[in-house]
Amino acid sequence: MTTADTFQPVLESLDAEAITTPSESLWRATLRRLLRRSSAVVGLIILGTLLLMAIFAPLIAPYDPEQVLIGIEDVRRREKPCIHLLGCPEDRPQHIMGLDGNVRDLFSRVIYGSRFSLFIGFATVGFAIVVGTFLGATAGFFGGWIDNVIMRIMDVLLAFPALLLAIAIVAVLGPGLINALLAIGIVSIPSYARVMRASVLTVKEQDFIAAERALGASTLRILISNVMPNALTPLVVQGTLGFATAILDAAALSFLGLGAQPPTPEWGSMLGTERNQIFTSPHLVFFPGLMITLTVLGFNLLGDGLRDALDPRLARRSG
Amino acid sequence: MIQYTVRRLLSSVPVLLGILVVTFTLARLIPGDPCKAMLGEKATPEVCERFERKFGLDKPIPVQFGIFTANVLRGDLGNSIRFSKPVTIILVERLPTTIELSMAALAIAIMVGIPAGIISAMRHNSPVDVATMVGANLGVSMPVFWLGLMLAYLFALVLRDTPFWLPPSGRLTAGLSATPFYEVYNIALAPESTAFHVAEFFANLYILNSIITKNWVVLVDAIKHLILPAVALSTIPMAIIARMTRSSLLEVLGLDYIRAARAKGVPRLQLIVNHALRNALLPVVTIIGLSLGGLLGGAVLTETIFGLSGVGRILFEAITARDYPIIQAFTLVIAVGYVLINLFVDLSYSYLDPRVRLD
Repeated sequence: MTTADTFQPVLESLDAEAITTPSESLWRATLRRLLRRSSAVVGLIILGTLLLMAIFAPLIAPYDPEQVLIGIEDVRRREKPCIHLLGCPEDRPQHIMGLDGNVRDLFSRVIYGSRFSLFIGFATVGFAIVVGTFLGATAGFFGGWIDNVIMRIMDVLLAFPALLLAIAIVAVLGPGLINALLAIGIVSIPSYARVMRASVLTVKEQDFIAAERALGASTLRILISNVMPNALTPLVVQGTLGFATAILDAAALSFLGLGAQPPTPEWGSMLGTERNQIFTSPHLVFFPGLMITLTVLGFNLLGDGLRDALDPRLARRSG
Repeated sequence: MIQYTVRRLLSSVPVLLGILVVTFTLARLIPGDPCKAMLGEKATPEVCERFERKFGLDKPIPVQFGIFTANVLRGDLGNSIRFSKPVTIILVERLPTTIELSMAALAIAIMVGIPAGIISAMRHNSPVDVATMVGANLGVSMPVFWLGLMLAYLFALVLRDTPFWLPPSGRLTAGLSATPFYEVYNIALAPESTAFHVAEFFANLYILNSIITKNWVVLVDAIKHLILPAVALSTIPMAIIARMTRSSLLEVLGLDYIRAARAKGVPRLQLIVNHALRNALLPVVTIIGLSLGGLLGGAVLTETIFGLSGVGRILFEAITARDYPIIQAFTLVIAVGYVLINLFVDLSYSYLDPRVRLD
């Protein structure tokens, strides 16, 4: 038997196309794997709907979210939901989620609220990723006392329960949506810094970095073009899951009256201002909370899906 | 082991010092004048001057920090500006509420989360598994304050005339009181002594106190009041624990030694409990330790909703009232507790998995 004979069956069993066409890019492969997971698809659908809701809010919402309807329609404060399809008399104005304590259409407010929750997510995660990766990369790349100082500060931040620290920071900055976002951003910096530092540490001793340096690449260039791409996977996963945490924490701050202030149609604040009406008008608490839950669920499902899709090893493990 | 414990404790010192600095600085940075916040906007400069001298607020900030640190090291956490009594006394009154709430929540989370994770892993990809994971995903996504309010609505209003009715607020029904165990058993304690405060601390853990004093009416009432807030607070850690147990157990079940045990004919339940679970629990223990911080944050929200005057609630009120000593002391106690819990979690590794060498 010749060598050629030995390899023939192997060669035949390989897909000729797979050998000739270049392998698909990381992101395409990730997307393909992501779409195979039903939970991630559910997450994408939820978030897609939410995004459409935020973009087309003025078209979907039947009323202005801050418009007080007293004197305009024959309605009362905190009126229960009235849906014509479900038997509410046709001569009554339709408010599918009812009216709030200031006689505003809750459905319109809930729709506009989607804008705030997405904004909250982007703003806090964006801030925390930028600051966190910078600190983590600096600590990991330079090591020594710089590493020690930065990471000990991160340890101190992590020693406080996140929400309590955020409350304390808002107390310093003063209540308001932007300050609440800043507080949540600051509180979430350590997790990104840790992820980035760990990635830098694994990459920096490898031969291709030494080769880059031998070629005369600057530290900044190495960080941006060699280290960053290797750290991207855990950062993307952490960031997506970070959206969920940020939205929950921001809602909690607003609920306590430290975040978005009335009449802003922010879900946590809507829930907080009506929380004492839970026994008389539960719909005012139910709908904003349901929206927070769905949004957070969407980001959690997508985050989990992304983690599995970006790291096949983890996917096998969590089965 | 002892050497490791000592080293871990020593390495916590810089973090603890950092916590001290952060708590002190944050409290000072909170805008507004404590004098005006306490005595009202009409307080005259003379009155405020006396007020500041009384609480040491007229001294330079570094001096204030030095005094604060020295006092903390002596166990003196200062006097509350708002309540005009030592912060330690307030801690003795309030901390038990939060401890009882967090422990109950953690117990529920562990008792439901771990079995749910095990069943999920044993019936991998079955409808039970899918349902558990959907439930877990919902659990981590629900805001504590929303779930708490909805539970209160359901159990206190909708089910009010059924045996499932549960009270929506407070720790005990009005009119009931938990007689401290030291009074029931006639233990003579000098008032205002340390022993007295320690005894009072334990007496304020109503469930423990009513078990010791065999006061079953109060016990049942206290448990009834605790169920709703504890369940609301438990969902997030419960979901995290269930997910972690499942994925960790699935990983272990794929290992060779499990296959060998199965080939040997070890019954399935015994295989899980005796062989797989011990190894699978390690990451679960880490997660339990980490979720305690979240529990304390969640306690602020749960205490607000269910009208419990615990640590979370009073800390929130102190921030609004700029009661520096309370803010400092309570954040300090919480952060130190958190650091110690994590230390304990690290140490428990070597017990659970002797392969983890602590060095």
